[in-house]
Amino acid sequence: MWVFILGDMLIFALFFVVFVYYRAHDVPLFSHSQSTLSQGFGAFNTFLMLTSSWFVALAIQAARSNLGKLSARLFALAFLCGFGFVVIKFFEYSEKIHAGITLTTNDFYMYYFVFTGIHLMHVLIGMGVLAFLWSTSRRGVFNEKNINVLESGASFWHLVDILWIVLFALLYLIK
Amino acid sequence: MNSLLRHKVTPVWLMLILATVISWEFGHGLGFGSHYGYATVAIVLIAFIKVRFVFLDFMELRTAPLPLRIVFEAWAVIVGSAILALYWSGT
Repeated sequence: MWVFILGDMLIFALFFVVFVYYRAHDVPLFSHSQSTLSQGFGAFNTFLMLTSSWFVALAIQAARSNLGKLSARLFALAFLCGFGFVVIKFFEYSEKIHAGITLTTNDFYMYYFVFTGIHLMHVLIGMGVLAFLWSTSRRGVFNEKNINVLESGASFWHLVDILWIVLFALLYLIK
Repeated sequence: MNSLLRHKVTPVWLMLILATVISWEFGHGLGFGSHYGYATVAIVLIAFIKVRFVFLDFMELRTAPLPLRIVFEAWAVIVGSAILALYWSGT
């Protein structure tokens, strides 16, 4: 799992560097396009991502304390945060597309749609992982093997959180 | 549940939320006025400090074997530094 996570982090590192490199070549276009983003959606999604990661970290602690039902509930809450993230992203994309803004509008929006789209795929895969962790925990029988499985799945979800932290700063905040 | 909430991941989560609010304010003119470059440096630094806390306390790399922790911390330092260097090249 660590190798997979590191591989993904290297790919996103390239995305981040490419974005800032091309931004440096056309700051006015990137700044203007950024000002048309739905900042509130981005900020609320950051809150959802951080909170879901917190629930997952607590779920792991609950599993280690043999609290299966509590662990399962916390994974379910994390899943709901992930679902909220997807719903908000849907509204955000819809708003842009209705305003005539697409992947081909300009370089900023190409990076915006491609990077957030790839991240969204990670969120959807992560939600599948969280559903699996929920079903594992609710059985309430914990041993070294399935705790390791829970920890690996949790680490993937934290990766999804980390990638969003950087994407939010680069796409929505930097000036 | 109460004892679980007292685990250190809870103050870390609160700190991450607070850091997000602060970087949001920096992105909207707080503190740096029209000095966008300094605001951006602060936003990028805060983002990578947040990433480091997720690595150490949520992914539990604080207690992981040292080589693994070094690889993740190096990622944060190298990627954060590259972003700042490229950003300054365009200002």
